[in-house]
Amino acid sequence: MATEEAGGLAFHPMEQFEVAPLFGDGPVSWYTPTNATLWMALSALAIVGLLVVGTRGRAIVPNRVQSIAELLYGMVRKMVEDVTGKDGLKYFPYVMTLFCFILFANFLGLLPKSFSPTSQIAITGVLAALVFVGVTVLGFVKNGAHFLGLFWVSSAPLALRPVLAVIELISYFVRPVSHSIRLAGNIMAGHAVIKVFAAFAAVAALAPISILAIVAVYGLEVLVCLIQAYVFTILTCVYLKDALHPAH
Amino acid sequence: MENLGQLGQYLGAGLACIGMAGAAMGVGNVAGNYLSGALRNPSAAASQTATLFIGMAFAEALGIFSFLVALLLLFAV
Repeated sequence: MATEEAGGLAFHPMEQFEVAPLFGDGPVSWYTPTNATLWMALSALAIVGLLVVGTRGRAIVPNRVQSIAELLYGMVRKMVEDVTGKDGLKYFPYVMTLFCFILFANFLGLLPKSFSPTSQIAITGVLAALVFVGVTVLGFVKNGAHFLGLFWVSSAPLALRPVLAVIELISYFVRPVSHSIRLAGNIMAGHAVIKVFAAFAAVAALAPISILAIVAVYGLEVLVCLIQAYVFTILTCVYLKDALHPAH
Repeated sequence: MENLGQLGQYLGAGLACIGMAGAAMGVGNVAGNYLSGALRNPSAAASQTATLFIGMAFAEALGIFSFLVALLLLFAV
C-alpha cells in the first residue's frame, strides 16, 4: 500500500481492518480472542439487550425500547412473509438472527476506534455459506429431484433450455460469492473512504473540507449499514423462496 | 523488474475502478426506472421497494467485484 510520503501525509486506510489478538501480539489461531471476536460478542450482547432485556416489561403500551424491538421484529417478519409466503415463516428465526447480527455489527463498527466484523470477507463468507448450504439442503429435502427444476426454465423454448440451465447453474453458484462480498465490500469501502478523508485533515488548508466530507460520508455510511443488512436479509429470503418453490 | 510488476499492479488496480462506472449506471437505471414507475402509479410503489433493493443489490454486486479485483491486485499478488 502507499508508503510514508515526504510531506507527512500518511495514508493507511486499510490498517483498520487488521485482525489483531486482544491480548499480546502472538499469532492468531482459531481460538485466539481478537478484536473481531470482541466486536461480534458486543453486537450479540447489544441484541440481547434490545430484544430480551428491552422487552422484559411485556407492557401492553410499550415503552421506547420495547417499541423499537417490536418494530424490528415486525419489519423482518413482514419481509419474510412478503417474499417467501406463509410457509417460509418457519425459517423466520434464522433470518431475524442474521438481520440483527449484521445490523448491530455494522452499526457498532461505525463507532470511532471500533472494529467492524462485517468488513471481513471471512465472517460474511461464513454467513453466506451457511445460507447457501442450508438453502440447498432444504431445497433437496423439501422437493427432492424437483429442486433441479430451478435450473430448467420450463417457460423458455425447448432449444434454449440447456443454455439457460448452464447460465442458471453458474448464477446459482455465484450467489454465495456475491452475497458475502457485497456486504464486506460495502462496509470496507465506506470505512476506507472515511479514513482517506481523515488523512487529508492533516493539511491545514484542506481540513475544513475534509471534516465536512467526513460528516457527509458518515451520514451515508449510516444509511449503507442499514441497507446492506436489509439487502443481505432479503436476498436470504429470495434464496429461501427458491428452495421452497423451485418451479420457474 | 520488481518495479515493473508493481507498476502493473497499481495500473491494474486503477483500471479496475472503471468497473464503478458500470455499477453506477446499473444502480441509477434501477432507481430511475423505479421512480418513473412509482410516480405513474404511486399506490403500487410501496409493494415494490423490496424488488427495488434486490435489483440494486444485483447491479451493485458487479461493481463490488471490480473493487475486489483492485484489492486483490494491491494486496494478494
